[in-house]
Amino acid sequence: MRMHVIETRQIVKRFGRFTAVDGVSFQVKAGEFFGLLGPNGAGKTSVIRMIYGFSPITSGELEVFGLDIRSHWRKIRSRLGVCQQDNTLDPDLTVEQNLQVFARYFEIDRGRARARAEEQLEFFALTNKRKAKVMELSGGLARRLQLARALIAEPELLILDEPTTGLDPQSRYQVWDRLFELKKRGLTMLLTTHYMHEAESLCDRLLIMDHGKIISEGRPRNLIAEHAAESVIEIDGAGEDLRHYVRDRGIRHDDLGERMILYTTANGELENEIRRRFCVEACLFRAGNLEDVFLRLTGRELRE
Amino acid sequence: MSRVDLSTISLRFRHVWFRNLITYRRIWRVNFLVPLLEPAFYIIAFGLGFSGLIAGVSYAGRELEYTRFMAPALVATACMWNSFFETTYSSFVRMYYQKTYDGILATPMSLEEMIIAEIVWAATKAAAAVALMLVMLIPLGYANFPGALLCIPVAFLGGLAFAAIGMFFTGIIPSIDMFNLPIFLFITPMFLFSGTFFPLSGIPDWARVITLFFPLYHLVELTRFFCIGVMESHMVFNLVYLVLFTAIFGYLALLTMKRRLIR
Repeated sequence: MRMHVIETRQIVKRFGRFTAVDGVSFQVKAGEFFGLLGPNGAGKTSVIRMIYGFSPITSGELEVFGLDIRSHWRKIRSRLGVCQQDNTLDPDLTVEQNLQVFARYFEIDRGRARARAEEQLEFFALTNKRKAKVMELSGGLARRLQLARALIAEPELLILDEPTTGLDPQSRYQVWDRLFELKKRGLTMLLTTHYMHEAESLCDRLLIMDHGKIISEGRPRNLIAEHAAESVIEIDGAGEDLRHYVRDRGIRHDDLGERMILYTTANGELENEIRRRFCVEACLFRAGNLEDVFLRLTGRELRE
Repeated sequence: MSRVDLSTISLRFRHVWFRNLITYRRIWRVNFLVPLLEPAFYIIAFGLGFSGLIAGVSYAGRELEYTRFMAPALVATACMWNSFFETTYSSFVRMYYQKTYDGILATPMSLEEMIIAEIVWAATKAAAAVALMLVMLIPLGYANFPGALLCIPVAFLGGLAFAAIGMFFTGIIPSIDMFNLPIFLFITPMFLFSGTFFPLSGIPDWARVITLFFPLYHLVELTRFFCIGVMESHMVFNLVYLVLFTAIFGYLALLTMKRRLIR
């Protein structure tokens, strides 16, 4: 049996009286692209910070590469890379220096550091920016540099905390492209994101957290089948007759007042009937996606 | 991990020290200018402006020209300003605005190593500033050669002391503007009352006792001794004081920074 890259058993994180993470258990296998989803304040970043040994765990067990985080944090950190949510690049240094200086923190010798930096500049198409100051970089370039820096010590696990937040679509696609490439090379990755499309297309498996607990776990496709549906119909200006119709037939749905969302199987007859009888204002027929799952599981209310 | 763990400190800290050296070299022209010119300004101002008012200073049983008395104290105060500013304003910017520490703490570096590196770096910068000042002071005759060169290692020790207490303030200060408070209540009085601009023999006994608690007083005594070969206290006492001060505030700096950063 292959060892898990990450294994958590009932990990808890408390800040005073507030419980940020409340007994979370999951495993990530080698080579897996694993997603961690949840609304703001669900506890995702706390979980991630415990995994790389930044935040001490309040209780539970946490092993990375089969090593206990409490006693082997240094060894663990030397084998993983973290791309943090905030820009933690060194604005005082150039692009190239950012990579080389960071490599030294991992005790990589100077020559090797230079070679690794060169590889990463190439991989992230930053070669002609090597002398640029970090402050002059656009958001997309800065994020690529941060990814390059996270990979500088040839990690076996890459932790990505909202790697595409705040990027324009072009930059986001470029980041995804690089992540796909890394996935192909067999790198294990742990991702948090608010973009459901990103999670759906990148992750092999994911879990959804809310209020510090895991509320669902599985492959994106299975989660969609289980909590939403293959096919979704959004109907504006829903009236009482539609409500009766849906209830009578036992169709899975969300009632948002003016709008109703129906989760159906791709059934032509049913869709036609709904189109004919109920599509007064606007109807949208589309495939079910992870966003449906997310909103159904964590609710539509604003979080603060 | 939320307690200070001294066993996590290894020579790995030198890499963070090196990071600071690289950024210092980027603006080295500015960094070099201040320590070279500052003593010159003071000596000209006090030499020309004060010489009419003060004939000389009686210090440790000797009569000294005022500028000769004051010049070695400039070495000590420069050491203080350099190291204290480094671990307060500069470190705060790295911690809070640049998030440099968050980046470092995702690597095999321990928090203890990172903080020690900041303190050692600040001391290095202070020693470098003092070395530059001597380039100005020795030819002008305000510091003996080669004896005054010992001011450099002494400035490193003094730099550790002021960097440690600066880091301690960084660990507890809520916002960067609040550094005015320790500067106004601690650094400025020390700057004025540590036997820098007038000898202690001229002030009342109670004030002299307070002065003995100022780390700057001990540093001034050491730099004055190495620059002009005269002192009123005891070198061993000064050195022991600075070492203890560094150890106590170094530990408190680790403690407060750990509480601040590790959540």
